[in-house]
Amino acid sequence: MARRPEPIVVLGRAVRTPRGTVGLVIAGLVILVAVIGPAVAPYSTTEFVTAPFARASSAAWLGGDVLGRDVLTRTLNGGWELLAMAAVATALGVVVGALLGVAAAYYGGWWDSVIMRAVDVILAFPQLVFALLLVSILGPKIWLIVLAVAISHAPQVARVARAAALDITERDFVKAMQILGIPGRRIIRRDVLPNLTSVLMVEIGLRLTYSMLVIAGLSFLGFGLQPPAASWGLMINENRVGLIANPWGVLMPAILIALFTIGVNTFTDSVARASLGVGGRATESDVELALVAREVT
Amino acid sequence: MTTATEAPERVGPPSKAARPHPIRDLLIKRSLIGVLTLVAVSILVFAATQTLPGNAASAVLLNTATPQRLHALEVQLGLNRPAVDQYWTWLTGVLHGNFGKSLANGQPVGTLIGGRILNSLALVVLAGVIGTLIGVGLGVLAAARRDSVFDHVLSVTSLAVTALPEFVVAVVLIIFFAAVVVHWFPAVSVFVPGTAPWSNPKELVLPVATLVIVIVPYVFRMMRASMIDALESDYVQMARLKGVPKWRVLLFHALPNAIAPTIQVIGLSFLYLAGGVVVVEYMFNYPGLGQALVSAVSDRDIPQIQAIVLVLAAFYIAVNILTDVIALAVSPRRRLPRS
Amino acid sequence: MAAPSENIPVTAPAEDTPLAKRPAEDGTPRLAVENLRIVMPASRRRPEADVVDQVSFTVQPGHVLGLVGESGSGKTTVALALLGLVKRGLATGGGKVLVDGRDILALSEHELQKLRGRTVAYVPQDPGSALNPVLKVGTQLREVFAIHGGDADRLTQVMAEAGLEDPGPILASYPHQLSGGQQQRVALAMAFACRPRLIVLDEPTTGLDVTTQRRVLDTVRGLCRTYQVAAVYISHDLAVVAEIADHVAVLYSGRLIEIGAASELFSHPAHPYTRGLMRAVPSMESSHELLGMAGSPPRPGNRPAGCAFRPRCEFAIAECELREPQPVVVSDTGHAANCVRALEVTALSGSALLARDRTVPPAAEPVLTISGVSVSYTNKPVLRDVNLDVGAKKSVAIVGTSGSGKTTLARCVVGLHKDWTGTITFAGTQLPPGVRGRTQDQLRKIQFVAQNPYSSLNPRQTIGQIIGNPLTHFSKLTARERDKRIGDALTSVALRESFAARYPDELSGGERQRVALARALVVDPELLVCDEITSALDVSVQAAIVELLLRLQAERGLSLLFITHNLPLVRSIADDVTVISAGQICEHGPVTQVLTAPKEAYTRHLIADVPGFEHAG
Repeated sequence: MARRPEPIVVLGRAVRTPRGTVGLVIAGLVILVAVIGPAVAPYSTTEFVTAPFARASSAAWLGGDVLGRDVLTRTLNGGWELLAMAAVATALGVVVGALLGVAAAYYGGWWDSVIMRAVDVILAFPQLVFALLLVSILGPKIWLIVLAVAISHAPQVARVARAAALDITERDFVKAMQILGIPGRRIIRRDVLPNLTSVLMVEIGLRLTYSMLVIAGLSFLGFGLQPPAASWGLMINENRVGLIANPWGVLMPAILIALFTIGVNTFTDSVARASLGVGGRATESDVELALVAREVT
Repeated sequence: MTTATEAPERVGPPSKAARPHPIRDLLIKRSLIGVLTLVAVSILVFAATQTLPGNAASAVLLNTATPQRLHALEVQLGLNRPAVDQYWTWLTGVLHGNFGKSLANGQPVGTLIGGRILNSLALVVLAGVIGTLIGVGLGVLAAARRDSVFDHVLSVTSLAVTALPEFVVAVVLIIFFAAVVVHWFPAVSVFVPGTAPWSNPKELVLPVATLVIVIVPYVFRMMRASMIDALESDYVQMARLKGVPKWRVLLFHALPNAIAPTIQVIGLSFLYLAGGVVVVEYMFNYPGLGQALVSAVSDRDIPQIQAIVLVLAAFYIAVNILTDVIALAVSPRRRLPRS
Repeated sequence: MAAPSENIPVTAPAEDTPLAKRPAEDGTPRLAVENLRIVMPASRRRPEADVVDQVSFTVQPGHVLGLVGESGSGKTTVALALLGLVKRGLATGGGKVLVDGRDILALSEHELQKLRGRTVAYVPQDPGSALNPVLKVGTQLREVFAIHGGDADRLTQVMAEAGLEDPGPILASYPHQLSGGQQQRVALAMAFACRPRLIVLDEPTTGLDVTTQRRVLDTVRGLCRTYQVAAVYISHDLAVVAEIADHVAVLYSGRLIEIGAASELFSHPAHPYTRGLMRAVPSMESSHELLGMAGSPPRPGNRPAGCAFRPRCEFAIAECELREPQPVVVSDTGHAANCVRALEVTALSGSALLARDRTVPPAAEPVLTISGVSVSYTNKPVLRDVNLDVGAKKSVAIVGTSGSGKTTLARCVVGLHKDWTGTITFAGTQLPPGVRGRTQDQLRKIQFVAQNPYSSLNPRQTIGQIIGNPLTHFSKLTARERDKRIGDALTSVALRESFAARYPDELSGGERQRVALARALVVDPELLVCDEITSALDVSVQAAIVELLLRLQAERGLSLLFITHNLPLVRSIADDVTVISAGQICEHGPVTQVLTAPKEAYTRHLIADVPGFEHAG
């Protein structure tokens, strides 16, 4: 009887810890709001329902935004595009980065140098600036933003994947397979990759947080979805003029973004700790160290 | 019972004559690579801007562009020459400090961004230094009192704060200290034009505070984790078994070891600030490079974008080199090979 | 009392010097441990579990007590308790540790801190990790004086006593710049610096090569005698303990099960466990069968009723299950064991161990010929012109210290390392340097087992999958055939077939090595290369694996290339032995000849440095 696959085991374990539960619930709530929001919003996002920056009333539960539209409606509609973009950018970045990193680690030599130098060049930009650069050239197109964010994730993921893969390829059980003459690709797929799942799961969590931050940040700066679209980042920017009059236009989207990123981050933290015992001999401080070192990019 | 005679074990560091200079070597090597990287970045930036549909000329003329005017302006701006030529002209110009002219208002880019570099640098350095000191201090304390209430509260808080985007933190700070709760600091920076950042302290507080709040959790968590790691190590146990008092163990045995991985994180925090500064400056209307970048991108002001990106990349590379050098300086194991 | 060893440059104190207090046989012992008990405190998931219990012993000044135990016996826990240190997650549960009559366990943190390093000192197992990597050696040594007072001028003297003749460069170095032997001497210097009353040595020679180990042991013995320090020497290596200890105490599953004078305990063990250990230890004198002990020690909290050793004991009777046995004295020297049948067991010892019946196979074409093989890593030669033959169905041992190149040689043979020059011929055909160029046949017939049982098995695969990997690679079998072969492989290494569904993290070190063996043997190789496969295992587990290996070899007509640093093991397992030093073959020949009448000086010294039981007591 085979054991359940490791990712499931680790996730299950993570969910049962207090941090894991809290993180999952919070993030889940935000996702729920973003996905179901548009269906339950009382008005349309462009309808004028009250005075600009009007206080909360029975007609508009969170008051009016800069043009007098319903803050509640726009908040409910403003999340799903952000989340979708963040999810796609993360998936893309992690897949490409992981493949590059593992290849660099396993094949070593020339491949390794080329890939890592390319990584260094891309890492010479702050993520946000890189995205801004591309946007300045081609305009604030959705696919471009997603691509830009994905490209800026890939190098960091590649670094992490390479380090983890290097550690694994050094181990005797990989050598045991090499002795038999089994080709490299097969060893990577069968022996190296499965041992990386924990590392990659944590990376996905960290990158998702970042994708969200960068994309929301771009939208805040005016380079994401254009007005009159409803997007949380954009709303924070356009409503901050009237912060004193009606703070909800800024606070609500800010809270939702914050809850999402905090939830994902907390859950990722619990996953990292849960992966401690599975097949590894790391101590708690090892995991903490690795986690923190990878978060800062 | 005989004992084996053997050659005397070679001992200790090599003689002065043969001693290598790892730090100097690293500096040289990384600087060279840094310059190359910068060149690569400049090519990338330039090449990217070349793919613009339409070009600088059409951006300037906008709606008034007729084919003849377009062509005339192109010739004037030198846009009809081959790309490599254009790049070379631009590069040589840069090396002489001439970044070209802004498309938005015709001013030389150099003067436009010169003062702003200082302003942004002030933000980054202040936030970086303050954040590092707070983060390191809290990290050491938390590790020393591991699993106490103090430790738990700090750890959970930092996990949450770490995930917050800068604009959210800025908004919260504005609400509390500038707009709604109290009015101690301005929500928007109004610099007296031409003055240095330190003569406008009130304008600095909220932006710096935002950035500090954003990076302290990183430094804190790393410092705490590597301190805990050091405190659980064999050499700390040995020190305790030698009778070394607790405070001495913490400061002289554990901390010097724990600082090395933290240096990496501190460097990364400074790098992060280079990007974070963009949003914060925009939020507070602070006259720095970040704000200039945002306007330049809105205006499609290519020369300005190119210049700012290049400056940021140079800063990035410089911080990377500095981080690696300092990290090497605090790790004798990597610095001095076995003889 | 023997004079201090010759190579320690100190003058023995005169008879009437106050320092040289004569140990009174009936005086107050320097160290007295009474019913020491250390526990894992109760938690939500389980009740309190003791890690160490009812441990009592005494040590006189100038004497060395050897504390012997395999992994999990609790010996390190006892060692640390002698300095008042209890690891995170553990707590003292009773008992006393009296140094000069003062109970260490009752002291405050502040008093303990004054005591450690000055009155009681500790020598760590791994000096490489016990010395602070970012502080210079000099700083760390002087620190001891700074804290406890005392003359920093004595530093040079202290270092010379520890065998560090030229202190200047050493003091200016960082720990990683010193060799393992030097690091350990620095640790010794730190420990003896303040002339402690009691010194605790926690496996200090593990990881050192035999020659360095010999010198360190001599130094320790000399210093203890000179300064009348009481010493507790912890080790799992019985021969080393025999060399240095006056008395020996044996720990099993946290209990002290036997204690007595070294010579007596080793020649006439009174407890079945000790007896089992002695029968598992290989010796240089003769090639005898090594007897392992089935099973493994119980974990804390999992002890069976009555005697903890009962499930594995060949002497067990009904009474053993009823209550924990009390000490039974078997001789008037104080030799005692916690076994109801202790007197019978003592009488049995001295019964001859079974001599090994090694039929030397007829000389045939060598299955492996290595000629002129050289390897160098960027200007540093690692192997120089190595020539070696492995006769068909024979076992050839390669012996050398770490850094001698023996592992590199193994990797060249197996194809993991391909930058070598020279020729390696296998079964008549030349082998291409790396795995890439070799034929399926060649790849299948040469198999490899590595040293570390914890990294040689893929943690994500079941045992069945792990053993099946080479099988599916080399042959086309139906699922049923494959499962049958896997089952047979497991049985041949004395593991139950149900192991196939388990994961590596559920297995012990010895079980994992068996799996690694099964994996290597499932494809019917002709040559098996074993790289220090038992170095990471306890001595009883080692015995079992080695015997298993030899049996399999005889059954299948395997040729063995066995790499090790353990000379007595070579005596037990090999037909021929090759001694390698600094990348060159030093000596080669049949085991009996090389080990009894070595030709080269290096070999002679190597053999002389091996610790043995003839020097016990």
